[in-house]
Amino acid sequence: MLSIQGLKAVVQGKEILKGIDLEVGAGEIHAIMGPNGAGKSTLANVLAGRENYEVTAGSIQYRGQDLLTLEPEIRAREGVFLAFQYPVEIPGVTNVYLLKAAINAVRKHRGEEELDAVSFLKLIKEKAALVEMKQEFLYRSVNEGFSGGEKKRNEILQMALLEPPLCIMDETDSGLDIDAMKIVAHGVNSLRSPDRSILIVTHYQRLLDYIVPDYIHVLADGKIIRSGDKSLALELEQKGYSWIGKHASAA
Amino acid sequence: MTTTEKDLTSLVQREYKEGFVTDIDADTLPPGLNEAVIRTISAKKEEPEFLLQWRLEAYRRWLEMDAPQWPHLRYPPVDFQNISYYSAPKQKKLLDSLDEVDPKLLETYTKLGIPIDEQKALAGVKVAVDAVFDSVSVATTFKKTLSEAGVIFCPLSEALKDHPGLVRKYLGSVVPAGDNFYAALNSAVFSEGSFVYIPPGVRCPMELSTYFRINAMNTGQFERTLIIADQDSYVSYLEGCTAPQRDENQLHAAVVELVALEGAEIKYSTVQNWYPGDEEGRGGIYNFVTKRGACQGKGSKISWTQVETGSAITWKYPSVILQGDHSIGEFYSVALTNNCQQADTGTKMIHIGQNTKSTIISKGISAGRGQNSYRGLVKVLKGAEKARNYSQCDSLLMGDRCGAHTFPYMEVKNPSAVVEHEATTSRIGEDQLFYCRQRGLSEEDAVSMIVNGFCKEVFKELPMEFAVEAQKLLGISLEGAVG
Repeated sequence: MLSIQGLKAVVQGKEILKGIDLEVGAGEIHAIMGPNGAGKSTLANVLAGRENYEVTAGSIQYRGQDLLTLEPEIRAREGVFLAFQYPVEIPGVTNVYLLKAAINAVRKHRGEEELDAVSFLKLIKEKAALVEMKQEFLYRSVNEGFSGGEKKRNEILQMALLEPPLCIMDETDSGLDIDAMKIVAHGVNSLRSPDRSILIVTHYQRLLDYIVPDYIHVLADGKIIRSGDKSLALELEQKGYSWIGKHASAA
Repeated sequence: MTTTEKDLTSLVQREYKEGFVTDIDADTLPPGLNEAVIRTISAKKEEPEFLLQWRLEAYRRWLEMDAPQWPHLRYPPVDFQNISYYSAPKQKKLLDSLDEVDPKLLETYTKLGIPIDEQKALAGVKVAVDAVFDSVSVATTFKKTLSEAGVIFCPLSEALKDHPGLVRKYLGSVVPAGDNFYAALNSAVFSEGSFVYIPPGVRCPMELSTYFRINAMNTGQFERTLIIADQDSYVSYLEGCTAPQRDENQLHAAVVELVALEGAEIKYSTVQNWYPGDEEGRGGIYNFVTKRGACQGKGSKISWTQVETGSAITWKYPSVILQGDHSIGEFYSVALTNNCQQADTGTKMIHIGQNTKSTIISKGISAGRGQNSYRGLVKVLKGAEKARNYSQCDSLLMGDRCGAHTFPYMEVKNPSAVVEHEATTSRIGEDQLFYCRQRGLSEEDAVSMIVNGFCKEVFKELPMEFAVEAQKLLGISLEGAVG
């Protein structure tokens, strides 16, 4: 699904990613953990193609394509989805409008017919129920006046609707209370499929209690310093990131 | 330039599709302005003596006035002696039907997408149209349907002949001949315009629309519109305008007067798409317009909605005088300035009656080197017990070479009044664009969607057909975001 090799990236003149190697197979869930400033969000943004994140070395293959040559909207239509850490507000644009524009952009790209209003509404109601989102949220301006938890649920709603092969979740758990986290986790778990890979970027272990990853990678100072299975998260929780930094060579 | 800026630039740099010229013989007066010119215009229109005297009085007042210097606008002084004040396409007199209209004129309106053919219009939405080409009206549709309802909708020159009493009573009653420099000029030389009268208790059975077209070179357009809504009547009126693409600036100085009697409501919508000039600011229309409505009767309502995308210079402040108790004034505006366009626009709400209410929603979009100013006055007179006003002025900037300015004025003489003002300035954010693109939208669609969302509160006030046109003008697809 995704193959990252020797990836280096610079943001505002500063090298943040210093050589990342990562293989994500179809159907796998990977968690990227690490202390603040390690480059976790940078990795997520580089994958999505954000401007001002300059790749200086390395390659990213996504389903046999050179991801770095694709414009952000083409990556999105090809199925690279980023659930944002800070979803933006778009005043005056209804949530439902953005969702419809998004799904039809993806469908068009695949050569499928655009969804008509009736089938779209049926589909969106079903997906909204999955993240326990009330109908009224669909008709409000995108993220405007949403609480932190509502914004994150809205991201998962979009993900559920678009059914992308590669889901990248950037600190989705930050700012969530336990109830909201359960709802988000339920949404994500229901998307687990042999054809879909999920990359979870998180600072804390607690989201991983609800979404159990196949692999965990520890990112520190722009490099993956250790990889393991889910037990690594527990170890980290107990001993902290500084411990892993010191014992990186053991990995 | 980043890709974001490039995209914004390409979005707002749409072509001006209405820039063609119709090749037609015209009866045009040589440039210049003096009393003889005014007498000639009046004679050509076969006007009654009172109107000639009114024009001459306006001209004398105008001679003593200076062009206003206070707007936030920069342009070389206009040479008023270098403008022709009358131009009419040559055609047979007294048209009985559209068949007699010069095919070239019909073709012009077809190209512009204006339905002046009733048969074709019947298939779609019913809108009665008065088409004004340079200085004369070339066609007014659906006259019969309207007259059955008692509605008078005709060129002003025709109203002067058929309903002189009404015209004499109301002409200049809201915008007096010497009101301001451009209104005085208009009063002296106006050549055409639309006249509307809605009788008591009548809800006008269709939208009324006037479509203004400047065609001739070096010609000013000075139309004058007068709308009277008698007691408990209702009318929705639309105004559209375009002009050929030329390197010279052309002057448009219009006056619109609205009168709403007791319980009457007038909804006036404008989509202004005069030629804006080229990227370097060559050419384009100078749009100096005085629009004012009087809510004379108790419980009357006047609502202005404008979408200003054209003109090199826009200077207009559609206003409402809230005389009647419980009367309501509204102003909804989207003004887009791109390239070297400049707009100084806003409104005046004058509260005189008790419990009068006004709402102002202004959305300014500046791109390129465009300069966009909101200028508004909310005035509450001593007797205006419990007057209320709410004003909201939002500015959206694209790129870093444009400007947005806000000049709100308030004069409140009654302590029971409540006046609120909110203002915001924002930029289309890189984060907003990236968010939309990450969901699969092209950058262009994303910009359209964001701008569209920004203007939503104003677009929803437009009649549907006009909302579509307005959104197209802003390079925006309609679907959903407005609904």
